[in-house]
Amino acid sequence: MDSGRESKLALADGTVVTGRAVGAHGEAGGELCFNTSMTGYQEILTDPSYHGQIMMMTYPHIGNYGAADRDTEASRPMVAALAVREFSDRYSNSSAEESLDNYMLRHGLVGISGVDTRRLVLHIRKRGVMNAVVSSVDTDPQSLVAKARAWPSMEGLELASRVSRDQPYDAAAGAGPRIAVYDFGVKQNILRTFAGLGCRVRVFPHDAPLPDVAAWRPDGFFLSNGPGDPRAMPEALATTQAIIRLGQPVFGICLGHQLMALAEGFVVHKMHVGHRGANHPVKNLATSRVEVTTQNHGFAVQAASVASTSAAISHLNLNDQTVEGLRFRSFTGLSVQYHPEASPGPHDSRYLFEEFLRLINQG
Amino acid sequence: MPRRTDIETILLIGSGPIVIGQACEFDYSGTQACRALRAEGYHVVLINSNPATIMTDPMTADKVYLEPLEEESVMRIVERERPDAVLPTMGGQTGLNLADRLQRKGFWDAHDVEVIGVDIDAIHITEDRQQFRDLMESIGVDQARSKVARSLLEAKEITQALGGLPVVIRPSFTLGGAGGGIVWSSSELKRKVRRGLEMSPVHEVLIEESMYGWKEFELELLRDANDNVIIICAIENVDPMGVHTGDSVTVAPAQTLTDKQYQHMRDTAIRMMRSIGTFAGGCNVQFGVDPVTGRMIAVEINPRVSRSSALASKATGYPIAKVAARLAVGYTLDELPNDVTGTTSACFEPAIDYVVTKVPRWNFEKFEGVDEELTTQMKAVGEVMAIGRTFTESLQKAWQSLEVGYAGLGADREHASRPTVRERLRKPYWDRTLQIRNAFKHGATIAEVQDITKVDPWFLMQIEDIVEVEKQLEGHHLKSLSRDQLLAAKRRGFSDVQIAFLLAQEVTEEEVRAHRLAHDMRPAFLVVDTCAGEFAARTPYYYSSYEDLTESVVSDQPKVIILGSGPNRIGQGIEFDYSCVHGVQATREMGYEAIMINCNPETVSTDFDIADKLYFEPVFFERVLDIIEHEKPAGIIVQLGGQTALKLARRLTERGIRILGTTQAMMDLAEHRGKFSEVLASLDIPFPAYGMATSVYEAVRVAERIGYPVLVRPSYVLGGQGMRIAINKEEVEECVTHICRLLPGNEILLDRFLDNGTEIDVDAVRDGQEVWISGIMQHIEPAGVHSGDSTAVLPPYSLSEEVMATIRRYVIAIAHRLDVIGLVNVQLVVQNEKVYVIEANPRASRTVPFVAKATGCAVARIATRVMLGDTLQALRAQGALESTLTRYAIKEPVFSWDKFPEVRRELGPEMKSTGEAIAFVDTLTDSHFRRPYELRNLYLSR
Repeated sequence: MDSGRESKLALADGTVVTGRAVGAHGEAGGELCFNTSMTGYQEILTDPSYHGQIMMMTYPHIGNYGAADRDTEASRPMVAALAVREFSDRYSNSSAEESLDNYMLRHGLVGISGVDTRRLVLHIRKRGVMNAVVSSVDTDPQSLVAKARAWPSMEGLELASRVSRDQPYDAAAGAGPRIAVYDFGVKQNILRTFAGLGCRVRVFPHDAPLPDVAAWRPDGFFLSNGPGDPRAMPEALATTQAIIRLGQPVFGICLGHQLMALAEGFVVHKMHVGHRGANHPVKNLATSRVEVTTQNHGFAVQAASVASTSAAISHLNLNDQTVEGLRFRSFTGLSVQYHPEASPGPHDSRYLFEEFLRLINQG
Repeated sequence: MPRRTDIETILLIGSGPIVIGQACEFDYSGTQACRALRAEGYHVVLINSNPATIMTDPMTADKVYLEPLEEESVMRIVERERPDAVLPTMGGQTGLNLADRLQRKGFWDAHDVEVIGVDIDAIHITEDRQQFRDLMESIGVDQARSKVARSLLEAKEITQALGGLPVVIRPSFTLGGAGGGIVWSSSELKRKVRRGLEMSPVHEVLIEESMYGWKEFELELLRDANDNVIIICAIENVDPMGVHTGDSVTVAPAQTLTDKQYQHMRDTAIRMMRSIGTFAGGCNVQFGVDPVTGRMIAVEINPRVSRSSALASKATGYPIAKVAARLAVGYTLDELPNDVTGTTSACFEPAIDYVVTKVPRWNFEKFEGVDEELTTQMKAVGEVMAIGRTFTESLQKAWQSLEVGYAGLGADREHASRPTVRERLRKPYWDRTLQIRNAFKHGATIAEVQDITKVDPWFLMQIEDIVEVEKQLEGHHLKSLSRDQLLAAKRRGFSDVQIAFLLAQEVTEEEVRAHRLAHDMRPAFLVVDTCAGEFAARTPYYYSSYEDLTESVVSDQPKVIILGSGPNRIGQGIEFDYSCVHGVQATREMGYEAIMINCNPETVSTDFDIADKLYFEPVFFERVLDIIEHEKPAGIIVQLGGQTALKLARRLTERGIRILGTTQAMMDLAEHRGKFSEVLASLDIPFPAYGMATSVYEAVRVAERIGYPVLVRPSYVLGGQGMRIAINKEEVEECVTHICRLLPGNEILLDRFLDNGTEIDVDAVRDGQEVWISGIMQHIEPAGVHSGDSTAVLPPYSLSEEVMATIRRYVIAIAHRLDVIGLVNVQLVVQNEKVYVIEANPRASRTVPFVAKATGCAVARIATRVMLGDTLQALRAQGALESTLTRYAIKEPVFSWDKFPEVRRELGPEMKSTGEAIAFVDTLTDSHFRRPYELRNLYLSR
């Protein structure tokens, strides 16, 4: 129902819309982005790659099936705020533990409902992503727009340090290959997938010194997804270069993929709107098969900058030909821009994990 | 792989006459497939006996065979046309079964015809329940426990082994689940098993664990030759399992699944499709989910384009049949573009940012003694689809689209009493969502309603929200209502009629409208774009919602709006869709931008590449007017959309909106019995004596005056609803009482019934100057059988030259007198060489497509051109009025009796057929003529 406290969403370009507050009361700012997945709102809210962003779901009804611990990708919400067209306070699902409203309240996540999200999506599509502020405490449009303008830009921002854990921990104790995960904001389902394949997995902080990690004697390195601009992470880049020199197979997803590309001297640029959804077609150029993939990236590797001597483009986005995957030649490694671990999204690309393990076993 | 070059000619099999369970959605998909294949340069040969389809138009295929869907005709066509391939997946179960029978005979192999788009073995697997079961078990897909019975004894044993009643009975290989259903008692078990064994061509029935009350889902899949599989749409049924999906209110996308549950379903569906064969094409998979444990089981898989794929196409904007046809000729998904964006790939899964609700439409009132309970056997004759930004908005719009007299989900009249509501909710009936709303009006809780109906609480909560909004409106006056309150109601789909009803003061719909426009509250028109706004779309496919931004840009071209005919029902079906499509095309030819408004997802007219702009909206006054005010068209065409469009004409005219063609005043004159009789009298045209009554007493007086037998009927109804022939006072009393109960407040019309008369149907077009008679049809059945249920012969077979001349003279005189511009249909009866005019309808009739197919003249197109200023003279000069008919064309009615075993198969003045077939015969000794002619004598002897 459209009752309850008023809330406003203000964009840096002066656009202001009014809705009602859902979740926690308060104020939050960040880059306003959207996701077209029709299911999986809780996975999205807890995806560390979305750290600091205001997530607008394009599907109008959000909250329908409630919230449950098993649907999270991190121990807490990672987005700055949630914007939806029609929030369901009430829910129905056999696996639900609480309402989404309750979950947001418990974690202090601010939300706004009752806004024309489609209009805002079209707006961003035209103007490009921009910062915004959601507030149920300050409803003065001018003041909110000013706050949105003052919000730091995502470009040039390092954010991995805010979502990475600061101590190493064991995520899986399988008898299989030992995988060292560099945590730039790793999604839990990546760890679950490795675990499901029998791996032994240890997660290291984003700034763990490589010698400490190497001392664990990993069979392969995994560079995780995460938020922020990869070009603003000189230390992580240096670590990536050092990992590559070690010679063990390396697998990178999303931010990890971008770091690997940068390490090889390729160019990473900020996209106009980015890809955020669970329906992006990606063609595997080696097999000619198409995978329907989960995507969440605002930066991408420039195709022209990929030197054929050091890597081959292995995957392309069929919609706009964005580079979606690389197979490295100068070292044993593969990386993808999208999310083969899904969660939310289709399971078409799980084979990449197996491929990584094959590389390890071959080595 | 690009398109195959080793095949040139492709035979496409249509689905034949419309029956319950297989309706005009196959015209939509078949037409799309034909057009796609022709665009690829293939020579397309089509067989379909249904003349009312766009598919069988000369423009759709290279060669059209209007012949019965029988092995013999296919074999003959193959001998003549020598196709390289046959695509049988666009013709429903009929097309598949036919292809299958010929496959078993080795016919395709013998003639070097490749079956494309499906794997015949896959059909066998999916149709043979035991084989399907075994296969699913082998790939680890959970299913309901079940076993095949070949006798009643076996059925009883299986039932016991499954833990007793209830169980579900499913006869093998029947259309639309015919003969199936849930069984609660042992006597019912006995009856249904016996009948199922009889109906099944292999005399088998499946006895299955009942999943009554489980949630039901459907996934629409596409696969290419490279084994890429995509899911186009997930559909959730509001009605839990136990109600056939064709009879269920369904919603897209799925609303109550977590991503993990949905992905599990997606993975399973893909695994299932891969397991049954390696064909490239469309596929539909159904699942049941236990609401308590979350256990998911596979229900069935259909390896072809289905009713749900038509719905999924309209719901998402993804043209499934078109893509499926291209996949069948070798393309892979990644080679095809998404037609909606034009820039992105067709190999993706549509993301939608709105909610689509489908509500079926039934015609129970046509069948006396019918069991109205919804079961696993489909009973609906049509459906509507509505798009809204929320479920509540789309549900209310669906009710506005249904044309059952509602202005939304109730709130337009006093609601039913508590005992009635409780009684109606005990079993699934057609009005379940409405009764759920009524239950909340009576203060029922979600838990109570869920307990009775098993509908998922999320849907119940949404409906309860609608009732909450009602409460907020009640007690308010228009002036005291805040903008936010009014907007909240509009955003939940409330029509102005409902708001007027709910407010405490006496206000009219017009006043609510004026108030809301004064407050600048009008709907926005949003695009259906397959991608939730992520990419720019170029398809002109729109729906309305109370949002901030309108995306439908109004061009500076002159425009014409064509109103569609809404949901299919008996008496108004696919024929009107046919006429609308021609109307759209002719409008474009005449240099206008053609804008289509319709709400029937099964139709060709709602394919987004037919009109210049498509508004998928209820053909409901408020919604239509909103679009008119946005687009400001030069005029509206109401002649082609049946009663649905026509009945809006008066109010549109009152608002100064131009109706193209025959004026509202003249349409009214034709409709009004008294005034029309005066017209006939002034033209010296005989008509049966008649009278009008509003009570039983009056009716009897009229009957005594005009003499028995009399034809008794309510005025202003479709397809002869409630119409009866009465031979004496008692029967008149009984009839009138029945009508008064059925349609309270309706005026009753009594006509002298012309016993032993021959009925004549005439279609004509007038351009303001002259009248062109496009077809004169003689009915084989005697007058008294509804014209829609009669076998019509074109040209007449036993009328004297003099009678024919009289008929022509009368039709021309009437057309001139009514100042018809466009189409007119006149019904006459010849009795003892005397010609009587029964009625004249200045609009497209049901017979327009039949006449067009029989004569080769595009009647609806000609009529539309004339409405927009073209002349018959010019069209004649182009040869457009030249008939190519050299034989007799026979229109044969087709019925869906098998869906209503409890109903007596009797014909009368009330229409009961659901479809029609066309047959061409050289002589009257042909069985197509002889059979109904012999039956005529049967009628006469009664």
